[in-house]
Amino acid sequence: MEYLSLFVKSIFVDNMIFAYFLGMCSFLAVSKNVKTAAGLGVAVIFVLLATLPINYLLNEYVLKAGALSWLGEGFADVDLSFLSFIIFIAVIAAFVQIVEMVVEKFSPTLYASLGIFLPLIAVNCAILGGSLFMQQKDFANIGEATVYSLGSGIGWFLAIVSLAAIREKMSYSNVPPALKGLGITFITVGLMGLAFMTFMGISL
Amino acid sequence: MNAKIKETLLNPIFKGNPITVLVLGICSSLAVTVTLKGALVMSLSVIVVTGVSSLILSILRNTIPSRVRIIVQLVVVAMMVILVDQVLKSFEATYAIDKQLSVYIGLIITNCIVMGRIEAFALGNKPWPSTLDGIANGAGYGLILIVVAFFRELLGSGTLFGFDVLGRFGYVTNNLVILPPFALILLGCIVWLQRSIQKDLQEK
Repeated sequence: MEYLSLFVKSIFVDNMIFAYFLGMCSFLAVSKNVKTAAGLGVAVIFVLLATLPINYLLNEYVLKAGALSWLGEGFADVDLSFLSFIIFIAVIAAFVQIVEMVVEKFSPTLYASLGIFLPLIAVNCAILGGSLFMQQKDFANIGEATVYSLGSGIGWFLAIVSLAAIREKMSYSNVPPALKGLGITFITVGLMGLAFMTFMGISL
Repeated sequence: MNAKIKETLLNPIFKGNPITVLVLGICSSLAVTVTLKGALVMSLSVIVVTGVSSLILSILRNTIPSRVRIIVQLVVVAMMVILVDQVLKSFEATYAIDKQLSVYIGLIITNCIVMGRIEAFALGNKPWPSTLDGIANGAGYGLILIVVAFFRELLGSGTLFGFDVLGRFGYVTNNLVILPPFALILLGCIVWLQRSIQKDLQEK
């Protein structure tokens, strides 16, 4: 039950885009049509789901204050948490690189449809942000961290697909010339965010 | 000061602003614009990180093989961000800097401005212009952040830098402005204003 509420909460209440503005750059750049948006969304779900548990384990057994105590008595008061940025980004960049090579080798069709998005993901704030929030939320076990990563990924996916759908429709409407493109997209995302705010009062 | 350096310094502030024109670095920025102080700390951190990492990578530009350049860039940027974060942590108590800011400082690593300017400018130019370019882009980013934060703090809580401004005239605080989506709507309006002045930026 706890897992379920964490899952729903990370999709709707703590939505990466509408509550924290994470992953905005690619969110705005790749939301011109639904198909590519869905491709990027799937890639984000996948990378988040894979890197967040790895970073959770690293945080729990290497980086946190006193995390190295399994090495022996002398390590009990070592605190490496200042290294977490560099370790997390290294895990993410390395993982993205590996995935890119594996996908290229074994599934050229998938690579063709996903390939261009993969390098973009290494510098997607949502991925690193997920790891940093995981560190701040201090999850009790790896199960919770995994559920959180899946929920955040799905939340990001839903957000980018719905924005892409709105933008496709909007191309037929009459927008003031100075507001066309970027300006109206910002305002649309703001209004969508306000709509998502309705989930905020829900306690699960 | 010759014309080219002046151009490098002034262009990113208004005409080629990283946020409103290049659409870079929106990710981590908007959550820190609730108060002017947070925005100021964030802007200074970004100026330092972009300036110094552009300098370092510009010095190294001829020795980095292009296949691994993303990882090298991430390592240099992550190192700078860790330094900034540690400096801020040591002043946290003295200047009462919000703890929440730490996550967003960490997200400077994936801030597209830093990587974008390194890729687009520092890897092809001499160290001195690259440093200036980094600083100027950080400043252009900071300018937008401070404008957004000014309106959000003034209209949201009726204060500026924590000092009571509108409250004494009987202003009722407006929670809508404090909510994250309003930052996006405000940003949309800034883009609208800029594009009404600079007609050549308008999208077809």
